[in-house]
Amino acid sequence: MQVYLPIAEVSVNAFLLFGLGGLVGILSGMFGVGGGFLMTPLLFFIGIPPAVAVATEANQIVASSFSGVLAHFRRQTVDLKMGLVLLVGGLIGAAVGVVVFNYLKSLGQVDLLVRLCYVMFLGIVGGLMFIESLNAIRKSRKAGGAPVATRRQRSWVHALPFKMRFRTSGLYISVIPPIGVGILVGILAAIMGVGGGFIMVPAMIYILGMPTKVVVGTSLFQIIFVTAFTTLLHATTNFTVDIVLAVLLLVGGVVGAQIGTQIGLRMKAEQLRILLALMVLVVCGKLAMDLLLQPTELYTLGAPGGH
Amino acid sequence: MARWFLLTLVLMVPGLAASEEVVLGLSSDQVSITTSFDGDEILIFGAVKREEPIPTGPPLEVVITVAGPSDPITVWRKARKFGIWVNSDAVEVDLAPSFYAVASSGPLNSVLSNTEDLRYKITVDRAIRSVGAPSGIEDTMSFTDALIRIRENAGLYQNLENAVAVDQQTLFRTAIEMPANLTEGNYATRIFLTRDGQVISDYETVIDVRKVGLERWLFTLSRQQPLLYGLMSLAIAIAAGWGASAAFRLMRNG
Repeated sequence: MQVYLPIAEVSVNAFLLFGLGGLVGILSGMFGVGGGFLMTPLLFFIGIPPAVAVATEANQIVASSFSGVLAHFRRQTVDLKMGLVLLVGGLIGAAVGVVVFNYLKSLGQVDLLVRLCYVMFLGIVGGLMFIESLNAIRKSRKAGGAPVATRRQRSWVHALPFKMRFRTSGLYISVIPPIGVGILVGILAAIMGVGGGFIMVPAMIYILGMPTKVVVGTSLFQIIFVTAFTTLLHATTNFTVDIVLAVLLLVGGVVGAQIGTQIGLRMKAEQLRILLALMVLVVCGKLAMDLLLQPTELYTLGAPGGH
Repeated sequence: MARWFLLTLVLMVPGLAASEEVVLGLSSDQVSITTSFDGDEILIFGAVKREEPIPTGPPLEVVITVAGPSDPITVWRKARKFGIWVNSDAVEVDLAPSFYAVASSGPLNSVLSNTEDLRYKITVDRAIRSVGAPSGIEDTMSFTDALIRIRENAGLYQNLENAVAVDQQTLFRTAIEMPANLTEGNYATRIFLTRDGQVISDYETVIDVRKVGLERWLFTLSRQQPLLYGLMSLAIAIAAGWGASAAFRLMRNG
């Protein structure tokens, strides 16, 4: 069934979009990532113009994150207080990110910079998580399956002022690191056109020391607001949100997110992390290959004034 | 799919010099882009009107072009720098049609002389206007060639030789396939009658390509009420997210 998208001005197969939405939705529910870093390149691949893909993806992430976060609310695995603190940083970061993005655009080569950003961050985050979770699994095997208590380490994070108690996460830490993480993720999210979950999740686990079960719900909670903000920005400045495309994607996406959340709750934290790490590394590898190998078509068409 | 079949026979005001003129028909002078739009085929047919007997000598040939709205476009070329492939050179093409089809009754180079092609800008190469190549790039041609190649592969540029059937040097017809990823606008349709490579008569009309119904409404809303449109998108997203969550809970509980 072909559907003509009014803003993207292309005709695509509706079932293909349902499928893509569902697949990314499952991952989103499982790992608490918006899935934008997977979906946006997939949309480029099926011929959606990049500007429309990025903007519409933000709208779709709102839907799948909302669907996912409701499931987490019921299980009380959302740290609202932490989410709000992260959100404050996130919105500041997003605003800064838009300014940075426009500055880079005026310099040219913004496309390349976005790609390099992807490769670098996906590589670092994926690699670190992979090694860490592999070690955790090994350790827990040695200890005969006993749970590992590694997260109560005292580090520089605990030495900062403005301490706040985050009951759901069982943390008593300064608000400076969460706000800092929020800002950093907000900047990257605006530049890379994603929700930023794949950076947020590891940052929450490794920098803030939050328990993995709470991390996913809290990350989704924060992503809803940042992507809603981004959607409105794109809709009012670039007119690139395609509502028909968004609806097709989110029908699959919201269902997928529910399934993903169920799967995620049944899996061990280490297994969850190692899977997310592997997925991040695969996407990173694909993007790196695109940069390193000679493309079959050396020429591309772009909108004028983009350099 | 509701499709409008409008048969429009337009008689041209008799010209002064031309003794052979085009009388044209289109299977439809309007292409409606609906939600289920998946491309369309336009039938272009017509007759040659003449007051005198058919002239002797080289036979009558017909060339038909359909051109979508033109836009400026930037063609980028990648080059290897520091081990990675990056966009390095760009050539700005001032105007390139978003869609362009040339159908002819014979091989183009035999039915149309080069000077006439240049004069009427009939082939794709001529229809693209490119002047502002930055200094330092010598092979500007390879950029426009790439533009044509990419759009030909996407079915947007079509070179249909021997695709116009001509009967008795009087009746002609051809079918032009419009791809699914059309842009809106007026598609200029031109018909040229040639003898011995010379254009003896030409005729121009317009095919109107428009979004209709829901497509039209959404497009207009997104341009004229962007904030409302954005909020509507968000509302739909939230509702869908909540709906799926509620449905799942019902399913699991009951």
